[in-house]
Amino acid sequence: MVEKTKKKLEGLSRELMALRIANELEDGTYVNLGIGIPTLVSNWITGRDIVLQSEIGMLNTGPLAGPDEVDQDLINASGQPVTELPGACYFSDCESFAMIRGGYMDVAVLGALQVSEKGDLAGWSNPERGFPEHIGNIGGSMDLAVGAKKVIVAMMHTTPDGELKIVKKCSYPITALGVVKLIVTDLAVIEVTSEGLLLKEVAPGLRVEDVQSVTGPKLIISPDLKEIQL
Amino acid sequence: MDKVYASVDDAVADIPDGASIAIGGFFTAGTPVQLIRALAKQGAKNLTVICQQMGPGNEDITKLVLQGQIKKAISNYPFYRSATRGANAPFEKAVCAEKVELEVYPMGTFIEKLRAGGAGLAAFYTPTGVGTVVEWGKEKKSFNGRDYLLELALKPDYAFIYAWKGDHLGNLICRKTARNYNPEMAAAAKVTIASVEELVEPGELDPDKVHIPGIYVQRVVKVDKQNYIPGID
Repeated sequence: MVEKTKKKLEGLSRELMALRIANELEDGTYVNLGIGIPTLVSNWITGRDIVLQSEIGMLNTGPLAGPDEVDQDLINASGQPVTELPGACYFSDCESFAMIRGGYMDVAVLGALQVSEKGDLAGWSNPERGFPEHIGNIGGSMDLAVGAKKVIVAMMHTTPDGELKIVKKCSYPITALGVVKLIVTDLAVIEVTSEGLLLKEVAPGLRVEDVQSVTGPKLIISPDLKEIQL
Repeated sequence: MDKVYASVDDAVADIPDGASIAIGGFFTAGTPVQLIRALAKQGAKNLTVICQQMGPGNEDITKLVLQGQIKKAISNYPFYRSATRGANAPFEKAVCAEKVELEVYPMGTFIEKLRAGGAGLAAFYTPTGVGTVVEWGKEKKSFNGRDYLLELALKPDYAFIYAWKGDHLGNLICRKTARNYNPEMAAAAKVTIASVEELVEPGELDPDKVHIPGIYVQRVVKVDKQNYIPGID
């Protein structure tokens, strides 16, 4: 059963959500960015000491290729032509996932359909697609969710139809259990702790009650609660 | 020990009905399209195809589906991302109509099954998929307080590989992200057929730069580089 809201709250744009996540990343780290909003994070880390991994088998993946730079042998895991930065290297997909499961990814930024108060992540399969329950496009999502040292979820706080996405228990198919550490939405920054979901930052102009009204579980309010830092 | 075949048609001629075939390539990169086309022409049926994608960035696979050659697919990202495009895709329709059987694995598990197959291992334990539909029907075991799933090795009859350069002994060099699944698939299969853009004599490849040692490759065939328009939605 999915909870819904009719409330429409104005929050950050997707680009600013990406900026907030970029600010969360530390220098000297290896990071994998998933499809969607996570990909936008790459626009905010130019010049930073951060190495992007692409699970197709590449470290130091550069920006998307311009029309004159397209090389069909150089794509990211979303199939988009990309470029290589100095210090790039290539390896097989098997080795790529060995390094992902092996715990070498400092951070994975992933999209999600739902996140639970225990940090369970649901994102690989939308049942509305109508496939039998056990099939769909799993891709690299489960390995990244399980293998990365820190999983940050980047998603809108609710669906366009008003379905709550931060829930007590995920109703959509699970990607991995208890892996999400931080949730960055258009409305808030929420940390997953052993006590529950800790509301740390809210979007400009919003009150705690606004965020709580579109969030399933009861939020713990941080004593240092502040406006989202950009 | 010259492994060169004159044409892609010769290289796939003996593939029987019911064979299992691993096909390299990650969407458009490193996909052996000429071998897939030759298989469509050759017409073997009841095939099990082990391939990342069953349509997106790989339209030639679709032809095998349309011709009813595929009985089963083993994949990790089989469908188009777009629901509207997917609804009209032959593979998606065939799966929903239960005309083609489909097994889906997480990407890392998918390729590790092939690595294990090529490395003489029967199976391995992975933490990926615990608590998800992937664990259905599998042994779950705890090591040092963490749960893992038992996944079995895959050893296909054939592999279709794409490489940038290869020599007559089957030593292969891949290029950039076109390497992807090709090395482990080459090692896993009983008969590996490598399509190469550039065919050279033994001694012409830098031995330090070989990605796939020739011992894994039984057949080599020269193909022309294909120009794709990348994009998979």
